[in-house]
Amino acid sequence: MNILDVIGPVMVGPSSSHTAGAVRIGLAAQKLMGEPVKEALLYFHGSFWATGKGHGTDRALVAGLLGLAVDDPKIPHSFLLAKEQGMEFAIEGIDLGDEVHPNTVKMKLRGESGRELEIVASSIGGGRIQIDEIDGLAINISGDYPTLIVHNLDQPGHVTEVTSTLAHKSVNIATMQLYRSGRGKDAVMVIECDQEIPTDSIRWLEHLEGIRKVTYLSMESAGERLSDRTDKVEPPLEDVPNRYIGKRGGQSLV
Amino acid sequence: MYDSLEKLAAEAEKKNLMFWQAVLEDDCLERGITKEQSMKQIEKMYEAMKRSDKEYDSGLSSESGLVGGEGAKMEKARKTSNLLCGNFIGLVMEKALKMGESNACMRRIVAAPTAGSCGVVPAVLLSMEQEKKIPIEEMIQALYVAAGIGGVIANRAFIAGAAGGCQAEIGTASAMAAGAAVSLMGGDAYAISHGAALALKNLMGLVCDPVAGLVEIPCVKRNSLGAVNALVCADEVLAGIRSRIPPDEVIDAMRAVGKSMPENLKETGTGGIAATPKGIEISEKLGGL
Repeated sequence: MNILDVIGPVMVGPSSSHTAGAVRIGLAAQKLMGEPVKEALLYFHGSFWATGKGHGTDRALVAGLLGLAVDDPKIPHSFLLAKEQGMEFAIEGIDLGDEVHPNTVKMKLRGESGRELEIVASSIGGGRIQIDEIDGLAINISGDYPTLIVHNLDQPGHVTEVTSTLAHKSVNIATMQLYRSGRGKDAVMVIECDQEIPTDSIRWLEHLEGIRKVTYLSMESAGERLSDRTDKVEPPLEDVPNRYIGKRGGQSLV
Repeated sequence: MYDSLEKLAAEAEKKNLMFWQAVLEDDCLERGITKEQSMKQIEKMYEAMKRSDKEYDSGLSSESGLVGGEGAKMEKARKTSNLLCGNFIGLVMEKALKMGESNACMRRIVAAPTAGSCGVVPAVLLSMEQEKKIPIEEMIQALYVAAGIGGVIANRAFIAGAAGGCQAEIGTASAMAAGAAVSLMGGDAYAISHGAALALKNLMGLVCDPVAGLVEIPCVKRNSLGAVNALVCADEVLAGIRSRIPPDEVIDAMRAVGKSMPENLKETGTGGIAATPKGIEISEKLGGL
């Protein structure tokens, strides 16, 4: 926390956790996707489902998925923007259990190229977020650092390939987490870095034998900066109705 | 950020700095940036507050339809009748209501320290700038004072309603605004700390009880309370009155009160005003918690 967490952020209201945090979750998901999101199934857990509509959590999350920053005056009109940009979405309630933070959302996303991604993320207060799960794997990413997520086969050498690629570009590793589903099966490394990772390095890693998927999260390049946009927004000609399905407080359909 | 107003004031005195300069130096050290960079950012925050105030739209209402138009009513009353509180206090109330409403209506605001309490600090600062013709440089300095106080409270206690009740949000915002007002009127670092302490004491125990869990009722109107309380405390301090309890101990007491508050009074929308028959009726109409 620093002085700009006390005076700031500049954000669209009404709630730092339910609105600004939701935008950041959407933004993080969009960055992890690495391409425009075309389909989004959004499952709201706990307080997100109970008070999300009144807090604009739904509009905020969709705004983030479209790449809008927390202070973008277009956030309240994100449903219309989604329609214009051809992003389909549906929102539903879910019970992810007592262990999960009350402000949590599970997202099933499909991108332009057909790429699929499943993310569980929480808004933990003051607009700060935490990514809890990617593609079913429990992880812990704050989005405060540029983060590289590499899915690979559990074979010797892949960690070296990745870390030496980073070293070659003078990227320092802040934290590193390794996971695997079983010996010789699927493995994942989550690496938080002090510097941005160049796009060509990410492309290079993607083509290596044994590496199945590379995802990069950088909130800095996701427009997470103070903008000089004007607040004047043309009101939408038509508003898009909420595409809520399922019942409040009910069990999910998944 | 500092974790003690006593330490902050002592540091300022030792280095012969103003309160705001001590906060600025600390920020530069902590974030590894220059004074110019830091001041540019804080100036942007002040400009953003001003813009939000200017772009208030009385025609908007919140998603629930519960909030909208209050600031405009206050403005009309201030301009057409003799308010009991007088023009200046009326202006402060008007700005606080407008900002709180804008927040509820999904407009752009500056969280200070939170979105729910975003009206308090700008209501005091913008009104003082407007009525007392204070130069912008001094307003930026006052915002550092507010940030320094908020930082100490965040470090020592909490600034979220879910953690410590409304006293942690509106109470902290009011303490920040009180200190900033004292500083604008020429008070020294100790006077600033005492202004903050008095403001926090007055709002101690205030619970977070939003109807239907939304940042609307009673949040918007508590912004005008927080702003006016800040002025009351600033004037007391400027008159030479001091908090008999040291400012840091007041913050610690606020923390202890917040810790002992039951969960239904900490932003769960299940106690206080939210639990009134009308509050429950509104909540149920909106789909329930």
